[in-house]
Amino acid sequence: MNKAQLITLVSEKTNVTQKVAKVIVDTLFDGMKESLEKGDRIEIRGFGSFVVRSYGGYKGRNPKTGEIVDVPPKKLPFFKVGKELKEMVNTVAG
Amino acid sequence: MTKVDIVEAIYEKVGFSKKEVAKIVESIFDIMKESLQKEDKIKISGFGNFVIRNKRARRGRNPQTGDDIEISQRRILTFKPSQVLKAALNRKEAQP
Repeated sequence: MNKAQLITLVSEKTNVTQKVAKVIVDTLFDGMKESLEKGDRIEIRGFGSFVVRSYGGYKGRNPKTGEIVDVPPKKLPFFKVGKELKEMVNTVAG
Repeated sequence: MTKVDIVEAIYEKVGFSKKEVAKIVESIFDIMKESLQKEDKIKISGFGNFVIRNKRARRGRNPQTGDDIEISQRRILTFKPSQVLKAALNRKEAQP
């Protein structure tokens, strides 16, 4: 499923127009993105949580050329699956 | 951030009551959860992909007792952030 298909399903299930469903879905993910940009933790009950982890810089190597390169410090988002969803996903046959 | 904050942000953009918006937000996560039971992937462009991975059974160890145990075959959910999201977190102005 992609975002367009999610929007269609939201529109059908909640009886809002596609246009409104798009605004809602976009606002949801934009809001989550902005929250992570600020370094905030996101917790969605029954779904999961997102945290941002920071990594220090280090000296790495370009595997192709062997050249030493500076890898700058970076931040990455991590998703931890909620208990309910974890069980839902795992109880499906196959 | 919790669902309450998400509801607030959406409420400011659409002409529905907070109660209605809360119901819709709940539906969005329900649809995503149901989808992950049927399909293996949800792709949200600009945010990331939720991907199901099938793990085979393997031998493990109880770290507390050192006992040899069998870890059963299972399906797990992973999140792969999009390039856009990763870039957004690492923009200069996003640094504290």
